[in-house]
Amino acid sequence: MAITRDDVRHTAALARLALSPEEESAFLLELNKILGYVEKIRELDLAGIEPMTHGHAGTGSLRDDAALDGLSQEEALRGAPETDEGHFVVPQVVRPEE
Amino acid sequence: MNLCGMSAHALRDGIAARRFSAEDVVRAFLDRIAAHDGRVHAFLEVHDTEAIAEARRLDEEIARGSEPGPLAGIPIAVKDNICVRGRGTSCASRILSGYAPPYDATVIEKLRAAGAVVLGKTNMDEFAMGSSTENSGFGATRNPWSLEHVPGGSSGGSAAAVALGLAPVALGSDTGGSVRQPGAFCGVAAMKPTYGTVSRRGLIAFASSLDQIGPLGRDVQDCLNLYNVLCGPDPRDATSAPGGHEVPEGALLQGVRGLRVGVPWDWLGEGLHADVEAALGRSVEALRQAGALVGEVSLLDPSYAIAAYYIIATAEASANLARYDGVRYGASARGAEDPAGLYTGTRSEGFGAEVRRRIVLGTYVLSAGYYDAYYLRAQKARRLIRDDFERAFAMADVLLLPTAPTPAFRIGEKTGDPLAMYLSDIFTVPLNLYAGCGINVPAGLSADELPIGMQLLAPRFGEAALFRAAQCLESRLGTLGLAPEPAET
Repeated sequence: MAITRDDVRHTAALARLALSPEEESAFLLELNKILGYVEKIRELDLAGIEPMTHGHAGTGSLRDDAALDGLSQEEALRGAPETDEGHFVVPQVVRPEE
Repeated sequence: MNLCGMSAHALRDGIAARRFSAEDVVRAFLDRIAAHDGRVHAFLEVHDTEAIAEARRLDEEIARGSEPGPLAGIPIAVKDNICVRGRGTSCASRILSGYAPPYDATVIEKLRAAGAVVLGKTNMDEFAMGSSTENSGFGATRNPWSLEHVPGGSSGGSAAAVALGLAPVALGSDTGGSVRQPGAFCGVAAMKPTYGTVSRRGLIAFASSLDQIGPLGRDVQDCLNLYNVLCGPDPRDATSAPGGHEVPEGALLQGVRGLRVGVPWDWLGEGLHADVEAALGRSVEALRQAGALVGEVSLLDPSYAIAAYYIIATAEASANLARYDGVRYGASARGAEDPAGLYTGTRSEGFGAEVRRRIVLGTYVLSAGYYDAYYLRAQKARRLIRDDFERAFAMADVLLLPTAPTPAFRIGEKTGDPLAMYLSDIFTVPLNLYAGCGINVPAGLSADELPIGMQLLAPRFGEAALFRAAQCLESRLGTLGLAPEPAET
């Protein structure tokens, strides 16, 4: 199952990554080599085996549902590239119809 | 007195007995970093002012007669993917350049409570994706034993710092061998605890079902002492395991008489460096002489683990790294027309090539039409691998094998071939899928004077047997001491 140049471009777009044409070519080659290798797992007989979805043995441990102090608004915003009146600033999402 | 050549436990005893002060110790390491780090580039940031202030505070407490903590005055180097409040934490990525977390990771809280002093942040492969520390966004780290060789990775900065005596101990993180393999390449003891024993809160996520923080030190005792401080349940990490998992220090004195050691000889065929093979032979002999019962175990071909790992780890990474969008922290491509432009601009400029490659691969294996063929199949293979380990551990208390098939490779040797780089982790990756514990113990030098590492693996929560066997191996093979001071080239 080889990955095509269109697959690389489409997948990169899904992941919000822009690749240059040179990078597309390099990724196409490298990803095909890696995917060719991982095809190995097809050799294993996996019939009737439940997928292992996490690293711990049980269901994970949940703490009591009690309110704890978190970060203040000021602390939470301190690392933001741009803020305005206590909010994160993003480009305009909804535009008026022209 | 050469403080920088001493183990952390010897330093701690000296501070507690007031033979020297915590400030003496911290200043000695800061001076050594200033003198030598320029050539290996183990550190991304050195916290000299805070470290000296903290050491003085500890000295005052000790002078007042309060009981010093188990790591009182011990300087520690911290991998740059572990949050230290108010200081740069970038995962060696340009996308987090200048980011300063508003909180300490749980492991940092625990270290501080035990009296340890954070010296600075160490270099790594960007977001821990790599096996050589060449993928750093801020320049590669070099192996202190030979500047033309890689220190291993992704915790290469932490391993190089301990090997060169720039810090007595360090923290790393191990997703597919990223603590153990650089430990082997740099000749230091380096441990990956059982998944869930050490809190991951404040460890910036790469692959959440595999990531685990682990200690590096000059000897096994230092790894044990650090592990005992780090482990324990954390209500703020839902993957942390309930119950106590500390290993009594007495475990190191127990010896290995009657301990069953299994060697997966099937794994050790072609591609194994002759000096590594000889070191394995010496290790088998050492354990036998100490009374261990060494036999053969058979395990599933590790290339299946590599295949499953590069599906599961990249899938998890593609989801975890979706958070870097230029809105809440880190680099940001301001001035974009719309949100999609902001995300794409930020991520394309901020992530390095290997991180982008793995995000694309991870997105691909999770995408419609390929999920069952890749991701689901890999998760099933993972259970098969786990069951296989459990069968092996029914017959052996610990497993013994080399940490890597070869000593450190040359800088640039594998950067053009991602798959060759991935295969350098073939002996370490299977353990992360299984979620058990393992440790690298130095096993002498190759003919080229590069460190060789032996690996011991133990079942989930089998740390006591792991440390017993590691201590035995170390006492018979000897530690390497500090790497020679790198000469100007």
